[in-house]
Amino acid sequence: MDGAAGHSSDDGPRTAAGAWAVDENAPLVTRTRSEREGPVLDHTPAAVMDRKALRINPAKTCQPVGAMYAALGLHRCLPHSHGSQGCCSYHRSHLTRHFKEPVMAATSSFTEGASVFGGSANLLQAIDTIFTTYSPDIIAVHTTCLSETIGDDIPTIVSKAREDGLVPEGKHVFHASTPSYAGSHVTGFAAMVAAMVNNFAQAPSTKVPRSRRRESTPQITVVPGFVEPADMREIRRLTRLMGLEPTILPDTSGVMDAPQTGTHDFYPSGGVTLEELRNLGRSVATVALGRWASRAAAVAAENRCQVPREILDLPIGLGATDRLVGVLRRRAHQEPPADLLDERGRLIDLMGDAAQHFHGKKVAVFGDPDHVIAMTEFLSDLSMHPTHVITGTPGAAFEKRVTQILAERVPGAKVKASADLFLLHQWLKNEPVDLIVGNTYGKFIARAEDTPFVRFGWPVLDRFGHTYFPTVGYMGAIRLAEKILDALLERRDRDAPDEEFELVL
Amino acid sequence: MTAPHESSPATTADDPVALSPTGVAGETPGPPGELGGSDPGLPLPADLPAPEALVEKMLQAYPSKVARRRRQHLKANDPESPPPIQANSRTVPGIITQRGCCYAGCKGVVLGPVPDIVHLVHGPVGCSYYSWLTRRNQNRPAEGIANYGAYCFTTDLTEEEIIFGGEKKLAAAIREAYELFHPRAIAVFSTCPVGLIGDDVHAVARAMRKELDVNVFGFSCEGYKGVSQSAGHHIANNGLFTHVVGTEEPEGPYTGHPFRINVLGEYNIGGDAFVIDDLLERCGIELVATFSGNTNYGELAQAHTADLNVVMCHRSINYMAEMMEEKYGIPWLKINFLGAEATAKSLRRIAHFFGDADLIARVEAVIAQETAMIAAEREEIRSRCEGKLVMLYVGGSRAHHYQQLFADIGMPAVSAGYEFAHRDDYEGREVIGSIRVDADTRNIEELTVEPDPVRHQPRRTSQELAALHAKGLTTHDYDGMMRDMASGALIIDDISHHELQTLIEAYSPALVCSGIKDKYVVEKMGVPCKQLHNYDYGGPYAGFSGALTFYREIDRMLDLQVYRYVRPPWVDEPLDVPG
Repeated sequence: MDGAAGHSSDDGPRTAAGAWAVDENAPLVTRTRSEREGPVLDHTPAAVMDRKALRINPAKTCQPVGAMYAALGLHRCLPHSHGSQGCCSYHRSHLTRHFKEPVMAATSSFTEGASVFGGSANLLQAIDTIFTTYSPDIIAVHTTCLSETIGDDIPTIVSKAREDGLVPEGKHVFHASTPSYAGSHVTGFAAMVAAMVNNFAQAPSTKVPRSRRRESTPQITVVPGFVEPADMREIRRLTRLMGLEPTILPDTSGVMDAPQTGTHDFYPSGGVTLEELRNLGRSVATVALGRWASRAAAVAAENRCQVPREILDLPIGLGATDRLVGVLRRRAHQEPPADLLDERGRLIDLMGDAAQHFHGKKVAVFGDPDHVIAMTEFLSDLSMHPTHVITGTPGAAFEKRVTQILAERVPGAKVKASADLFLLHQWLKNEPVDLIVGNTYGKFIARAEDTPFVRFGWPVLDRFGHTYFPTVGYMGAIRLAEKILDALLERRDRDAPDEEFELVL
Repeated sequence: MTAPHESSPATTADDPVALSPTGVAGETPGPPGELGGSDPGLPLPADLPAPEALVEKMLQAYPSKVARRRRQHLKANDPESPPPIQANSRTVPGIITQRGCCYAGCKGVVLGPVPDIVHLVHGPVGCSYYSWLTRRNQNRPAEGIANYGAYCFTTDLTEEEIIFGGEKKLAAAIREAYELFHPRAIAVFSTCPVGLIGDDVHAVARAMRKELDVNVFGFSCEGYKGVSQSAGHHIANNGLFTHVVGTEEPEGPYTGHPFRINVLGEYNIGGDAFVIDDLLERCGIELVATFSGNTNYGELAQAHTADLNVVMCHRSINYMAEMMEEKYGIPWLKINFLGAEATAKSLRRIAHFFGDADLIARVEAVIAQETAMIAAEREEIRSRCEGKLVMLYVGGSRAHHYQQLFADIGMPAVSAGYEFAHRDDYEGREVIGSIRVDADTRNIEELTVEPDPVRHQPRRTSQELAALHAKGLTTHDYDGMMRDMASGALIIDDISHHELQTLIEAYSPALVCSGIKDKYVVEKMGVPCKQLHNYDYGGPYAGFSGALTFYREIDRMLDLQVYRYVRPPWVDEPLDVPG
């Protein structure tokens, strides 16, 4: 199939009946791929045209969905979308498609009137309805492009709600500003996590005596980033293995992977508690995993409660996990236990055993900046060549960091922030790769270019189990390495001539 | 490509269907009720909780003002005399609702399925992103028809444009889209902030239409308009009617084929339209355009040449049916291809509308053939499913249509409701005149449509329509859902999460039908939930073969073993604790 102009140029008159004319040879059966008119995305030309205004096939979405996900990681909190109904509906739907779990959230249900006169009445009504009907302990309001453009002043509205007695004793309403026209879902997540710190964290009133500090397990705050519930659970395990008691902020484990019990718990057992949030000041440090999703909260904790911050990459892959363990070791004043060293050793063993299959393979990586940065480093550590690396989230620091990671091994790599999947696809048409790594949206490019594909990041809409198994830590890296090997070796088996189709690889 | 109206397939001599024994049917319309009328559905068991008590229970959880408002949306059904229900009114802020927005109804539902239009969303990135490939409107475009279905186009507005205006960026994006794809048309959809910052998408569209010499048109479908997706349907109908329908003429006469129809409100979720297309073709009925599943721009542009509009989803597309009748003289008939009995009735309604003996015979032959194909398995499945209760809360027509599929296998709907329908979808079109027009509805433009001076051509005289009416075949009409439901069934408009949970606990239904946001809530309660927006990625469910696929799916779901494993096997065994 040719590219863009293939189906769109003037190729004669189209008539209504013509298109429906009976083709005796085309019975109504499911057609196989080779019989279809062309591959998906067959209007994408290889020639890259500079675009200044048109975004095609974005590699990001808007801030509020990130804020909603973050708020679900706060125990007994109901996320609230201050905007039109569609925002809340879209965000709940998309989170549900990824997590296969109930996603409870409310909306201010803006109408045209609210858009003209402001959304104050809507938010007041919402606060009343929510506390009466759904009884959360906390309402986490996030704004939308609509309410931000109108200029609704959320703190003033919330104060009014308190004055009017709409917020029951001991209950809380706070907000994060997440206009959809800035940043991406990742920065929206970051804004909501920072808002949690800014609204609830307290500086410790009394210094815990040094002697007592030594006796009890030191507390550490870990901001895990926009990752799976399983990742948050794994980070908790790792931190405990290192002799520290973590506060995971936020923590969607036990919420977005709630077990089947035969009842629907409106507020499942998981989530960081208000008590834990208040006590953030007792932590020996705040470890932010991923600059984009987590840094803002760590900075907030430092400002509010003088807890020193450590900004690390997401611990995906060997190097980034080593750096996390290094920080925890320093903060806990403890050597890593043998069990953890064994996990690390098994990862390196696998990297060696399968080295020939990884070596020199070209990879395209796309997704959220924290994920992509960590994945790029891991691929490079596997002796693979990440030749095309993009994120949809804006930020020049991304390009700088990825280019730095690849400077030695893949100096010619194409790296771009604020990019989209249309551009990535065009790049791959000009320079094919052996593997694509990214979220579900990549499957269309993978199919069009017949390229092996590993699902990684958010969202994964077409597979199951990703919420249960971590990609962070040494065990997560083993899992990622296995996924990559499976994809590459499946392809080798598929394409091998009979004489090279081998039992053992 | 075959030329239009090449031959009339109705009387092909070597066609086995035409020669079948029923081919002598002629003018026999079949037993009364087969062409029109309502069926109050399967009776409900006697031991159900009283609907009035359930209403009180549901309302207890709300603030009193909210309870007063919600009460109007909760009604015990009377099929003989449908009770007035409040619908298409604002959702109370804070209520966990199923509803989406105006933009979703316009771009996502009505326009989005058209494959060869570049659907450009003017706004921040999210609105376009969420409506990208998330609705399962399938397409098998004919040779030469572009399919941009896997693409997502947006102006991705940033703060700067929100402050200084986005019109320039929109114009540039349209230019870039044209340069890259040379589409037949570009549709521009406005999202919330666009209306607030005052971007005139229609002016930009006009300017670009002139500059590029391609059809560019805009929709003011900001998410805050109306009270649900419904406003967006109306806006989409208006725009499609104004900018697309009737903009192209076919080569040859309007009525070259004797039986040319449009199917309105069929979006080809899971391939339903493929089944319908095939059925119509075998009956010898020519499909001009489908609004808007598995169709294309050219077909929609020539849709005014059809002789009949049949309406599937009344809620989302009745405006189009009305406007096309007014402007071009095309009558419309409500039909429903979901359910074997419903499909048979719908095909008969079409055949008898045309009143052609051969067509009626062919339709009867196809019905006989298809019915025979599914009969045995349907009966077998019915024996397992009969009497089990289902609840349906979905859409603006689906909650009604799917009851017909359940009726086929003996499952009554104990409760049902729509997400974004109007009173007429519940009570029937005769209430339209008495619906109070509130501010939210008044803000949605109602087009004034005049008969086209040249192309208005009444397909049937008023006497002919009256004669059809006498046979039970009323054009221009829809009886609504309530008349097809049992007495005492609970009708819930715009159901909330709290009400859904209360009703599941009260009725213990065998199955709930809803959408993605409810699915895992319902299933956490140990009740299977069938998604009727996306079919749980299955289908097609339309027509006879689709009905069979649906029966099998319901049979599978009712036989789901997994909830039996929730309780661990040891919980009832006493545990011996040493010491």
